[in-house]
Amino acid sequence: MSGSGGKLSSSSSELDLDRPNIEDYLPSGSSIHEPRGKLRLCDLLDISPTLTEAAGAIVDDSFTRCFKSNPPEPWNWNVYLFPLWCFGVAVRYLILFPARVIVLIIGWIIFLSSFIPVHFLLKGHDKLRKKMERVLVELICSFFVASWTGVVKYHGPRPSIRPKQKHPGWVGLLQSTILESVGCIWFNRSEAKDREIVTKKLREHVQGVDNNPLLIFPEGTCVNNQYSVMFKKGAFELGCTVCPVAIKYNKIFVDAFLNSRKQSFTMHLLQLMTSWAVVCDVWYLEPQNLKPVETPIEFAERVRDIISVRAGLKKVPWDGYLKYSRPSPKHRERKQQSFAECVLQRLEEK
Amino acid sequence: MLTQYDIEEVQQHCNNAFSQQEILSLYDRFCQLDRNGGGFISAEEFLSVPEFAVNPLSQRLLRMLDGLNFKEFVAFLSAFSPRATLQQKIEFIFKVYDSDCNGKVTFNDMLDVLHDLTGQFISEQQREQVLTQVLEEAGYTKDSLLVMSDFVKILGSSGLKMEVEVPVD
Repeated sequence: MSGSGGKLSSSSSELDLDRPNIEDYLPSGSSIHEPRGKLRLCDLLDISPTLTEAAGAIVDDSFTRCFKSNPPEPWNWNVYLFPLWCFGVAVRYLILFPARVIVLIIGWIIFLSSFIPVHFLLKGHDKLRKKMERVLVELICSFFVASWTGVVKYHGPRPSIRPKQKHPGWVGLLQSTILESVGCIWFNRSEAKDREIVTKKLREHVQGVDNNPLLIFPEGTCVNNQYSVMFKKGAFELGCTVCPVAIKYNKIFVDAFLNSRKQSFTMHLLQLMTSWAVVCDVWYLEPQNLKPVETPIEFAERVRDIISVRAGLKKVPWDGYLKYSRPSPKHRERKQQSFAECVLQRLEEK
Repeated sequence: MLTQYDIEEVQQHCNNAFSQQEILSLYDRFCQLDRNGGGFISAEEFLSVPEFAVNPLSQRLLRMLDGLNFKEFVAFLSAFSPRATLQQKIEFIFKVYDSDCNGKVTFNDMLDVLHDLTGQFISEQQREQVLTQVLEEAGYTKDSLLVMSDFVKILGSSGLKMEVEVPVD
């Protein structure tokens, strides 16, 4: 078999071994793959299975479904409910929203007026400074959650918290100055080299004795809380215990899904602040370790299974980053290979 | 938004291959894929569906899908409706092969499609060999130009199944 360019092939074959079999998830039903006697012209010309797969993907596909915001059913359509809804809108925009903005402003004033002095005056006393900064950050986070009335119901014994992605704009400024103080690990998802640096930092953090637990969102992108996409394996190869946390939002109150294709973060925040509440359930599940017979990818899939079952999510075999890039040619090559082998095999038969 | 008149027009254009509900679903899907709202789905937008991008015949289909508006898009998909006749399905397959749209499929056309389906896993020589062999067994030669009726003869009795279901809420 002809090989591709030297340096690349070794790393891509490594990825090959690690990836779970997509064919297990995708609908097949191609009759061409069942050897049925001697090869005839109609077998070669009949491309209907492949075409059917393509048309099926055009009409509906499991990847796009993961990122579809599902608007709630309008309930305000009759003469009695409509005025009620108008009243609700008035309360939300004229009472709740200003109240929340005020709460947020107060929170920021308290935070900044405490944080800045603490950060500079306690320069010499690192341990105390870190502790105080952490308390203050937790305080401002509570204010933030209160600003869109987050109602969270916890289940299960709580372990204890964070890497986050760099958002552009004002959120980025926030993240780089303040959250760095609690030891967040930053990464740029489009930088390939970054991955090695991040893995090293993660490993260092996990092995450090009195560091905080790491909070990771392994899907790598926002999904609409009805599906789960494949987990990035990075967190699962650190050789430490993983505590799965399942989160399910109650969409009756508001859909907390940030559809980054449709809305910016700021718009989304404003939407949350003019809704009634953000309600969700959080389940802390039994901590898991890498089993001796498992690869990190299998470990990641097993944890994804546990979380998806708990939160009622459907699993799909796609990498969340496919939102931003194309799938690798490996999948197509696998299809081509299986068809080619079938043709050659049937050619041999008499 | 689609008016009732639009829906009926589309339905007529695709020879009633889809019900009105299905056309509405397809419209939702069309708008979902046509992210920049240009009135047609660009190749990039089709390729953003991973399941489509990994299909070996995606490039060929993209040539047929290029610049189609919604009405033409539905007509394109009509071959995959359960209500489509076998003739219509075979016609669609013929069009996939006949890339220069001159009503004739040559040896090279068939070789190209076979190449798309098998990639680097069969050599060019082997492909020619296989194709020539099965063509001759079916009574054709390397220089035969196949037309629509030949395709009907070849594929008509093979129990062709080519259907997709349009999800209707």
